[in-house]
Amino acid sequence: MQVIIALLSGILFGLGLAISGMANPAKVLNFFDAFGSFDPSLALVMAGALPVTLIGYRLVLKRHAPIFADRFHLPTSKDLDGRLIGGSALFGLGWGLSGFCPGPAIASLVTLSPEPVIFIIAMLAGMLGAARLPRLRPA
Amino acid sequence: METEFTPFASLIGGLLIGSAAILIMVGSGQIAGVSGIVAGLLRSPENGSSWRIAFIAGLLGGAAIAVLAGLFDPGTVRFPATGLLAAIAGLLVGAGTSVGGGCTSGHGICGLARLSPRSLVATCIFMAVAFVVVFITRHIL
Repeated sequence: MQVIIALLSGILFGLGLAISGMANPAKVLNFFDAFGSFDPSLALVMAGALPVTLIGYRLVLKRHAPIFADRFHLPTSKDLDGRLIGGSALFGLGWGLSGFCPGPAIASLVTLSPEPVIFIIAMLAGMLGAARLPRLRPA
Repeated sequence: METEFTPFASLIGGLLIGSAAILIMVGSGQIAGVSGIVAGLLRSPENGSSWRIAFIAGLLGGAAIAVLAGLFDPGTVRFPATGLLAAIAGLLVGAGTSVGGGCTSGHGICGLARLSPRSLVATCIFMAVAFVVVFITRHIL
């Protein structure tokens, strides 16, 4: 049942990314180009997604457990550490250079263009590489 | 390159993304964070990961449905980064989301919706860095 839930959630997510225009990296980058070809669409995506999720989570997390699993898998870390800050900065750098973040990159595979394929292979390599790196300081 | 401001479609798309996040939380207790779901699959592919594969397949399927339904025209998509630049960006995004514990969906939507201070910090940083990078590459270099 969790597989069916994940599939349905993925379909809704992919539909949302495609309809919102976020599967188009040019549109994403234009959100950050306030002094050029500015396109505020990404803000509307957040304005659509955030309040719904905020209210939805409030209601859902009142339950003792999810419907088809024994517990909620929520992040427990509370540290505002170097890994969070450095990792997010690296992500922002890659995002700003390409307009790709992980979800939209996968959705944009439907364009059958080579760019998302190159990006995703490199992204997987980056994830594997980061997982192999020793932790430089206790997180 | 100019793109058209699409407030209505983007708002509807955002509502769908939010609904997806609620569905997988209420059904399975999972965060709809794409980088985390993909990274989890890489780390232990044999270990209870079928839901991760299903989510990624659904993501691709949902985008394909949008194309077939005429809600998304792949012909309008432009890729600012090609070749080596796309590969470098991919490495940075993969490593950065692994080390930083999330991406636009995990931190930017699910984390902010949980009012997580970590996700607020992460989201401010990656948005600010992307803004600076775009300013430098488009207006200074």
